[in-house]
Amino acid sequence: MSASPEAFGGRQGVMPRRQERFYRVKLVNEILKSFALRLDDWQGQSFILSNRTGKTEIVDDLMAVWPAAEKMIGRQLDPMDPALLAHLRQQTMGH
Amino acid sequence: MELSHIPVNIITGFLGSGKTTLLQCLLNSDEFADTAVLINEFGEVGLDHHLLEKIDENTLLLQSGCICCTIRGDLKDAIRDLYSRRERGEIPAFRRLVIETTGLADPAPILATITSEPVIRHHFRLGNVITTVDAVNVAMQLRRQPESVKQVAVADRIVLTKTDLAEPDVVVAAEDAVRRINPAVPLVESANAPVDPSLLLAHDIHDDSHKSAEVAHWLEVIPQDAPHERAHHHDVNRHDARIAAFALVFERPMDWTAFGIWLTMLLQSRGEDVLRVKGILNVTGVATPVVIHGVQHIVHPPVHMKAWPDGDRRSRVIFIVRDITKTEIEQSLSAFNDLALAMSSASDAA
Repeated sequence: MSASPEAFGGRQGVMPRRQERFYRVKLVNEILKSFALRLDDWQGQSFILSNRTGKTEIVDDLMAVWPAAEKMIGRQLDPMDPALLAHLRQQTMGH
Repeated sequence: MELSHIPVNIITGFLGSGKTTLLQCLLNSDEFADTAVLINEFGEVGLDHHLLEKIDENTLLLQSGCICCTIRGDLKDAIRDLYSRRERGEIPAFRRLVIETTGLADPAPILATITSEPVIRHHFRLGNVITTVDAVNVAMQLRRQPESVKQVAVADRIVLTKTDLAEPDVVVAAEDAVRRINPAVPLVESANAPVDPSLLLAHDIHDDSHKSAEVAHWLEVIPQDAPHERAHHHDVNRHDARIAAFALVFERPMDWTAFGIWLTMLLQSRGEDVLRVKGILNVTGVATPVVIHGVQHIVHPPVHMKAWPDGDRRSRVIFIVRDITKTEIEQSLSAFNDLALAMSSASDAA
C-alpha cells in the first residue's frame, strides 16, 4: 500500500494547515472509536496512536495510521465493514 | 508536482501483443527525439538501421536522438543511473522516459517504483501507461492471465494490434473485453493507420493543454456505466469476471479530509483489489474541481482544474476493482463523507 505523501497532506487550500490537521485528527478519531483506539497530534509533526491499555505508537502520516492500528488491534480495518458504517451513521445522527 | 519532472511512460502488454512494433514506431518519431527508452533486450527491437552511436554496452544513441538502454538488474538502479548520466552530460538531456515491460510483468510494481522511490520521484513523474492488446487473443488472455487484466486495468491508452488478422466480430469482442475492464480508456487500432505518438505519450492529466479533454474522456463513460457492472463470483477462475468497472456520482460535495481518510483506509485493507480510481471531486470550500487519479494502490497528488469540464458540478469517480461491489464502495464513502459534512456543519453552527 502506498500513496504519494503529497496526496492527502491536506494541501488543498481549504483551510489553514493547523486547522486541517486538527480536523483530520478529529475525524480519524470518530472512526478509531469503533476500535477503541485514539489518535493525537504530536507537535504538529507526527501523530501518536494509542489504545486503552496505554500502548502507543508514533506514526508519521495518515497512510501510516492504518497499518499501525491494524497491528494494535490484531485484525484488518475494513472501511466497508457494515458494523463500522453503522457506527459512523450513528455518529452522523448525533451531530 | 513540478512541471520540470520528466514524464515516464510505461509500455506494457502481453507476450506477442505488439509492444516492440509500437516502440519502433515511437523511436522513429521526430516529435519524441529527446526520449530515453529502457528496454529488456536490444535484439528484440531491431535497432541496427536506426543506430547512430554505441555509447557503451547497454546504451545506444539512435539517429532520431533517442537514447536506448537495456535494463540490467534492477529497474530502480537503471533509472537512477540514466538520470545521473544525463546530469553529468554523458548522454543527451532526454525530456521523456519510456519503459517497456516484459510481457508477463505486473505493471504495478513498476508504477510504484516511479512514484515512491525517493530519488526517482524527485525527478520523474508518471505519464500515460500504454497497453498493447492483441485483438486475436485478448479475450482468452483476460480470462486466464491475471497479469493481462492488470495491464488493461491500469492503462491510460490501449493500442489494439493485429486487427487486420482478425475477423470483424473478433475485433468487436476484443474491444468489448477491454472496455468491460477499463471502460473509459481511449482505444487506438494500430493496424490500419499509424498511431499518433502524442496521443499515446504526451496528452495526459498533467499537460495543461490536454487536462480538460482527458478528464472529459473519463467522464464520457458515466451515463453508460451500467452495462460494465459485472456480476461477481460467477467463476473465480476467470480473472476478468472478478473485475468490476463502475462510476459513482455524488450529489453532496465531498469533504477532502474524509475522502483521504476513506481512500487510504481502503487501500490499506483492499489495495490489491483497487486497480484504478479516477475522477473529479466537488470539494467543500473549493470552487473548481479537484482531479483524483490512482493507479493500482498508488494515489497521485491531486490536480486542480481551472474550470468544470461541463455543467455538472457533482463529484464523479470511476472505480475499477476486483471482488468489490459498487454498493459497497458507494455506501462506505457516503458514510465517511456524511459524517464529515455533519461535523463541519455542527462546528459552523457552534
